[in-house]
Amino acid sequence: MKIGFYPGCSLTGSSREYNESVAMVAKALDIELVEIKDWNCCGATAAHSMNEELSLSLPARIMAMAEEQGLTEVVVPCAACYNRLKVTQNELEDEQKRARVVDILKQPYKGNLKIINVLQLLEAYGTENIKAKVIQPFTHKVACYYGCLLVRPQSILKFDRVEDPQSMDSLIKVIGGTTMDWAFKTECCGGGFSVSRTDLVAKLSGNILKDASDRGAEALIVACPMCQSNLDMRRGAINKTLETPIDIPVIYITQAIGLALGIGAKELGLKRHFVTVEL
Amino acid sequence: MSKIGVFICHCGENISATVDVERVAREIGEMEGVAYASDYKYMCSDPGQTRIKEAIKKYDLDGVVVGACSPRMHEPTFRKACAEAGLNSYLCEMANLREHCSWVHEKGEETTEKAIDLVKMLVEKVKKDKPLQSIKVPVTKKALVIGGGIAGIQASLDIANTGHQVILIEKDPSIGGHMSQLSETFPTLDCSQCILTPRMVEVAQHPNIKLYTYAELESLEGFIGNFTAKIRLKAKSVNYSTCTGCGACIQKCPVKKIPSEFNAGLGTRTAIYVPFPQAVPNKPVIDRANCNYYKRGACKICEKTCQVGAIEWDKEDEIVSEQVGAVVLATGFDVKGTDFFPEYGYGKFKDVLTGLQFERLASASGPTLGEIRRPSDGVIPKKIVFIACAGSRDPAKGIPYCSKICCMYTAKHAMLYQHKVHDGESTVFYMDIRAGGKNYEEFVRRAIEEDTVNYIRGRVARVYEKDGKLIVKGVDTLLGGEQVEIEADMVVLATAGIASCGSEQLAQKLHVSYDPYHFFAEAHPKLKPVETNTAGIFLAGACQAPKDIPETVGMASGAAVKVAALFSKEELIREPIVAVVNRLAPPLYSTCVGCFMCETACPYNAIEHEEIKGRDGSLIRTIARINEGLCQGCGTCVAFCRSKSIDIQGYTNEEVYAEVMSLLND
Amino acid sequence: MHCYQCGKCTAGCVLASEMNFPPSYLMRLLQTGTKENYDKILKSNSIWLCLNCENCVGRCPMEIDIPKMMDYLRTQSLKENKQHPDSKPIVAFHRSFLDSIKYTGRLYEVGLIAAFKARTFRFTQDLTIAPGMYLRGKLPLFPEKINDRRIMKRIFAQTIENVKTDTK
Repeated sequence: MKIGFYPGCSLTGSSREYNESVAMVAKALDIELVEIKDWNCCGATAAHSMNEELSLSLPARIMAMAEEQGLTEVVVPCAACYNRLKVTQNELEDEQKRARVVDILKQPYKGNLKIINVLQLLEAYGTENIKAKVIQPFTHKVACYYGCLLVRPQSILKFDRVEDPQSMDSLIKVIGGTTMDWAFKTECCGGGFSVSRTDLVAKLSGNILKDASDRGAEALIVACPMCQSNLDMRRGAINKTLETPIDIPVIYITQAIGLALGIGAKELGLKRHFVTVEL
Repeated sequence: MSKIGVFICHCGENISATVDVERVAREIGEMEGVAYASDYKYMCSDPGQTRIKEAIKKYDLDGVVVGACSPRMHEPTFRKACAEAGLNSYLCEMANLREHCSWVHEKGEETTEKAIDLVKMLVEKVKKDKPLQSIKVPVTKKALVIGGGIAGIQASLDIANTGHQVILIEKDPSIGGHMSQLSETFPTLDCSQCILTPRMVEVAQHPNIKLYTYAELESLEGFIGNFTAKIRLKAKSVNYSTCTGCGACIQKCPVKKIPSEFNAGLGTRTAIYVPFPQAVPNKPVIDRANCNYYKRGACKICEKTCQVGAIEWDKEDEIVSEQVGAVVLATGFDVKGTDFFPEYGYGKFKDVLTGLQFERLASASGPTLGEIRRPSDGVIPKKIVFIACAGSRDPAKGIPYCSKICCMYTAKHAMLYQHKVHDGESTVFYMDIRAGGKNYEEFVRRAIEEDTVNYIRGRVARVYEKDGKLIVKGVDTLLGGEQVEIEADMVVLATAGIASCGSEQLAQKLHVSYDPYHFFAEAHPKLKPVETNTAGIFLAGACQAPKDIPETVGMASGAAVKVAALFSKEELIREPIVAVVNRLAPPLYSTCVGCFMCETACPYNAIEHEEIKGRDGSLIRTIARINEGLCQGCGTCVAFCRSKSIDIQGYTNEEVYAEVMSLLND
Repeated sequence: MHCYQCGKCTAGCVLASEMNFPPSYLMRLLQTGTKENYDKILKSNSIWLCLNCENCVGRCPMEIDIPKMMDYLRTQSLKENKQHPDSKPIVAFHRSFLDSIKYTGRLYEVGLIAAFKARTFRFTQDLTIAPGMYLRGKLPLFPEKINDRRIMKRIFAQTIENVKTDTK
């Protein structure tokens, strides 16, 4: 199957391993990813915090380019970009706002693109298909961390249960892993404050890691490059705030599935993590 | 030649300030057929009415028009006056010169001319009016009470004590309802079962009450004073005339792990069971869905144990038909379960409970015999957090209303906990305290001041479990929004009160209105709280809206009085403003062709089929007949009838046409 | 108007303890409708600390869109030039981020960090992380540029650069 693909700035920069693992898993599952031509940054937190029209125009251009390319469905692995695109699409159902954005872009915008995140893609592909291709069962006990942007706002995203989502957990179970019930599945990791307020990221991400670690998780599974970066790259800062430093790794869902499908650790980008991954 | 009397009222200044009433009387007096016309300050008063009566006798009037206020105010007054003077009341009409004229227009020539037109219309109508007789409908002096909780029990006892027969049906195996599940009641902390069970026994022993438990209403047909109720007696599998209530079968039943409904899911029961030890009737039923015999044909231990052979395996549901004159709905309410709350765990935390489940823990007849213990490990909790407004006042969750009783029962729960666990710590997270009843405010203050319950104003964002404790993340808004985190051993949610399961279907069976939350609709929110818009069906208790026990008992007695008032007459008098299908001499019998379009149109199911038979008994034709007991005179059938065979008495085609033409022929 | 001060938003807000005014208190200030209180909000650090994690609106019984309000208040705070001094690094980060994508269309991390340090004088921040990132191949030295850079210029000119700031 063929599907549109929007990597976003993180995947081509500081979260390269996510891009690599998505590409590897897609290949193994016979999914062709068609990258949107000349895509731009979605604006992330900065745009919507500073100016509404900017925050709508940037994602609108991405969707307009995808439509122009003839794509009907686009998978967005980065949870933040996914959230921005979906929310913008919803906002632009307002005719006035849409007219204004089309005027700025000078490009037609239909707004009927189907935007999905990487978990929805894997679910749509069919958990049975993935199960059939598992070579090396992922026999680990892990905590699935969804972060805030994958499931909220529920009225727009309409994806999974908002307080205790299960989609990632189901995928882990399919590849042979054990998941656990824990308390910080959707609490924010600190998001965009990685650089400007590293102390807050340390506190928030620290809480998440501590709860997972207390309950015996061998690793954290994520689907958002921001969360991964906060929990992994900033581990030094986090450990400074904790009594006992925690060393459990944080990997992407696509990396976990990739491992189960027999793809090598290097190809999946596991060597690029700050906290050593030995799974 | 008609001899109509016209009386124009000044209504104090209400009409005369805007309309030239003397001119109206004068000009109408010159109309053909009007024998007498006058005006007076207050027609509805005693002297006013006397004027009408005297005029009728003196001028031998055969019709009366009163130009005054709205018929909704005084039509009965003037009709009664006419009847007393010997004139058929339905030959008296009112022209609304107040709500339709003087109150909505400025003083002036045109207003007076409108008033004249209005009176003229009614005069032309009265010329065509025929005398009508009230319809008399017999009344069956037996009441049906649906629901055996405190509302149903109170209503049944009150009606029975007036000397009338009552049939009380209850869908559970025992009466008692939610009140029997409570441990103590606010504000007196009376033991709930102690005050309830004497009444339950009184119901069972009352000579005027026939009690059907494990029974539901199958259908209700008919109209006020004349209902036919079909009641489904669900098969109990136990013969109550033989059963002695010894309880040996319950002890021997091997299926012991069914979650007990009476204990709100906290305890277990057997397949053959009595819901609680003080049940009335105190005899068991078999839960066929869980009984090994009905599932797989095995076991039959209860039959072997029973000394008197009371088990009836092959008993089927029985439908019993009863004739009743009035129905009282007392089906009560339910509460939302913990699974309704994603932020409080979707119901997966064993130690997060509803208020009703907490009642069962606190109750001496409960699964822990009155000791507050955690369902997960049986340990007595040292810290309990009570969350008020769980689900209520929450438009996002679809329940915008307040469930009324939770503030009070939360305070009660906290107090009971403090009384039982002296070193326990209880915290209540609230938004407001609604303690409006008698002694209610003092009760809540007692909880705070004497029993040291910690009240924090703010809501709880989420509850999660860690290391066997429940972490509660709340806030204190009175401190400017300071976050409060408590490691509790148990969390009790005061969940929203909702309409009891099956309310919508029941309302539809009875043709009773209900609101978007499936609570039954009262006829008027202020002045008719115990009546519905369906004549003969009354409401009592929480099935109308969440409420506490004193209000429920009050309402139940109110409904009982309405029923008693209904039964105090031998016959019901109904206005003859009903539709009638014409009848002619044979061989035509009627212009009705039997198409029954009227039947499809009638909102009150008032159209019946009448078979016209020849002398030899053979069927000639089937034509429509209006049931005058059910007909409300809406006129829809008249509009539908293609052969113009139906007409409304008191508003016939001829009469209305005369009114309209009097305006146009000016 | 809908807010009845239940506090559920504050109870679930991960950063409420760091804020001058937690979300429910902020709503109350808005409800009073006075200029004084509105100013307090614009000058607070709450609006810049809010991460838009949407925990609040997800639980609010009245479904009040607090994150959207925060976005609006942020824009107003910029327009009236009333940011809380503690929030300067956060605003600086957002500005640096947007500057980066304005010219290339895609985020250039090195450029972002450089601009951020220039604005905040935090020259030594993250110096220890940078080599780690570079060695792991996560820090491209050169920016990725999209083809249609004119559209980025146009978008910025028409939106964020079109807002008149009141300097008071």
